[in-house]
Amino acid sequence: MATKNMSTKAQPKMQLVKTTPQVKAKTAKSKPVMVFDKKTLTGAEIVIQALVDNGVDTIFGYPGGAVLPIYDAIFQQKKVRHVLVRHEQAALHAAEGYARSTGKVGCALVTSGPGATNAVTGLTDALLDSIPVVCFSGQVPTFLIGTDAFQEADTTGITRQCTKQNYLVKDVKDLAKTVHEAFHVAKSGRPGPVVIDLPKDVQFAPGPYQSPEDTDISRYQPRTMPDLSKIEAAVELIAGAKKPIFYTGGGVINAGPEAAKLLAEFVQMTGYPLTSTLMGLGAYPMSDTQHLGMLGMHGTFEANWAMHDCDVMVNIGARFDDRVTGRLDAFSPNSKKIHIDIDPSSINKNVRVDLGIVADSTEALRAMIAVWKKRKYKANAPALKQWWAQIEKWRSVKCLSYKNSQTIIKPQYALERLQSALSKDKREVFISTEVGQHQMWAAQFLKFDQPNHWMTSGGLGTMGYGLPAAIGVQMAHPDALVVDVAGDASILMNIQELSTAVQYRLPVKVFILNNQWMGMVKQWQELLHGERYSNSYTESLPDFVKLAEAYGGVGLRAQTPDDLDRVIKEMMKTDRVTLVDICVDQKENCFPMIPSGKAHNEMILSPDAEKFDKTLV
Amino acid sequence: MVRQSLQDKKSVYGAAPVQDPVSSHTLAVIVDNEPGVLARVIGLFSGRGYNIESLTVAETDHTSRQSRITLVCSGTVHVIEQIHHQLGRLVPVHKVSNLTLEGTHIERELALLKVVGKKDKRIEALRVADIFRARVVDSTLESFVFEITGTTEKVDAFVALMRPLGLIEISRTGVAAMSRGKEGVHNGE
Repeated sequence: MATKNMSTKAQPKMQLVKTTPQVKAKTAKSKPVMVFDKKTLTGAEIVIQALVDNGVDTIFGYPGGAVLPIYDAIFQQKKVRHVLVRHEQAALHAAEGYARSTGKVGCALVTSGPGATNAVTGLTDALLDSIPVVCFSGQVPTFLIGTDAFQEADTTGITRQCTKQNYLVKDVKDLAKTVHEAFHVAKSGRPGPVVIDLPKDVQFAPGPYQSPEDTDISRYQPRTMPDLSKIEAAVELIAGAKKPIFYTGGGVINAGPEAAKLLAEFVQMTGYPLTSTLMGLGAYPMSDTQHLGMLGMHGTFEANWAMHDCDVMVNIGARFDDRVTGRLDAFSPNSKKIHIDIDPSSINKNVRVDLGIVADSTEALRAMIAVWKKRKYKANAPALKQWWAQIEKWRSVKCLSYKNSQTIIKPQYALERLQSALSKDKREVFISTEVGQHQMWAAQFLKFDQPNHWMTSGGLGTMGYGLPAAIGVQMAHPDALVVDVAGDASILMNIQELSTAVQYRLPVKVFILNNQWMGMVKQWQELLHGERYSNSYTESLPDFVKLAEAYGGVGLRAQTPDDLDRVIKEMMKTDRVTLVDICVDQKENCFPMIPSGKAHNEMILSPDAEKFDKTLV
Repeated sequence: MVRQSLQDKKSVYGAAPVQDPVSSHTLAVIVDNEPGVLARVIGLFSGRGYNIESLTVAETDHTSRQSRITLVCSGTVHVIEQIHHQLGRLVPVHKVSNLTLEGTHIERELALLKVVGKKDKRIEALRVADIFRARVVDSTLESFVFEITGTTEKVDAFVALMRPLGLIEISRTGVAAMSRGKEGVHNGE
């Protein structure tokens, strides 16, 4: 491909006017820090330069024929670290873990064909959980596209529905601005994954570089500032509430630490109770009494009942997911609902609300606090006192209680012991999970007091998410304590990543609650399919201790409750990836639970929960 | 019914909700004319289970490379609102207007019809075409190609009348639409 060197012929008029003076101006201005010491860059070098200019220091990937030029460029520089995973799905999950724990955009690099198709699960996961990720995929050269070439797949076609936006860059002169726009799109508005498909000839072709500052990204500018009149109406409604509840979600986490701070300020200012979705855990300290715990299918009794009986619901950054609402026509039937979301399409999608406000959580909370203060609002103290008294009654049910055992490890007990050890540790603690019963137990029994310290696959429910995500977290926070709470089935879905953890000396702890079952599948089969356990028992699990050792990590096992503390203590001390096989009760189910098609006030409690007094409600 | 109750009891997703009445809406969507934009719009409809009745697209501004997509879609009020917002959040979409909700609007469709026949049928076809103000744009001794513009209903009526008169082929453009009055659909830039 011939170098056009910003030749004006091929460009439409608009671009000519826009870009040419800027490129000239750039050479006159102070030069950006260039990664490669030459005047013209190849497409591959443009990618690296654009990564650096967008603040990327780590990229997770796996090489292959169609991305070799980029790998060659990676080899020749030191600004961007590449982490070699063992499967492309893991590259995406690691990028997600990195993104969620840092608030930055996560980055992945995969090859064409199978590389890209393997990435699809991770992309979809990031889409459903609104995680900012930019994924570069190699593609066969432009002149071979459409010929069923070796390792060719229609990557933009395949990923169109599982990305926020995707691009096929056919001309190297569009490359830099495409990458800059991709980063802008990934992190602006409701964050999400973006794919850039790069044909191999474009990676080789020399082309011009323009910095992010010189790139026009104005076409995508989602609204972040709230409509003030709606904020005033919302605060008035909130102030007049007798039985209020805050229901907050991942949007508060995505909005950044400032949003969490403002949330805490507003919640404490009002004295109202708060419940959080799975994705939103950590936005408000769970150790505070105003936090009722997680809501939804496996949420706490008090949170779900408060949602059902409230008169004003303040949803900030949550999306009325079906795991949260239960039966829609019986969902919080007597409340006025306020919904603050950055995505207009989330408002009135599942639940009709009385007041929908399109805004970034930070801005909305800031505005609400200002209005509350300015108008000198006070909570209705007698009503609130009564409401809290009711909530305390629900709380006294102790819905998370379970019958402990002297001989067999209860999964809940294992997590309680883990929590106890974590809270004593001086290091910063990050938790990731796989998907299933263990995930719900982790959400119920571990305490999250800070945002961005809890990584779980909420929307897509991707088994195999936790280990690679933990690797991404540990890469970003080398001194932190990163624990992947796992199940025996889930962990096997991306077990190969132990090898990555060993290679980069990442001391990730994998805490496996091993019951030899796909626990959540078993639970549904037990409760709803006549105890016909079709294919949910794993007859031939590996020996996790030996497996860890085979990979070069540490393997530990606890078989009785007495082993637990010793094993956890040992786990905390290891300097390598550590697989902890906690042999737990095979029969234990996850409660409380809202059965399908039921409402929040029709939860079933664990048979072990203290006798529930019907007069309470 | 058995299936329904099974779904209620055993599915982790609960039962399907009761549907509200369905109506047809015309949306004008201003998009960047870039590769994949149409696929993105159509994929949104298929992926989320929305219905498209007609879709037309062409570049309307060559300098800024913008296209206008006119969509006729059907759904409950709730679904139409979702379609509006889901379209609006796509990166290459600049503006979405629901012409059906935003005051009165004009809709036009163009159709070409090939009618083959002899003698009386041929004369009758010409007579009907005249009533509908359809033009003859091609003719042989045994056939006509008619061009007709109008609302979807008018074109439907014309097609129905031509059917017994030897209609063998139809090509329709789908609806192009515009609001009445001095306000335009601008992309707000």
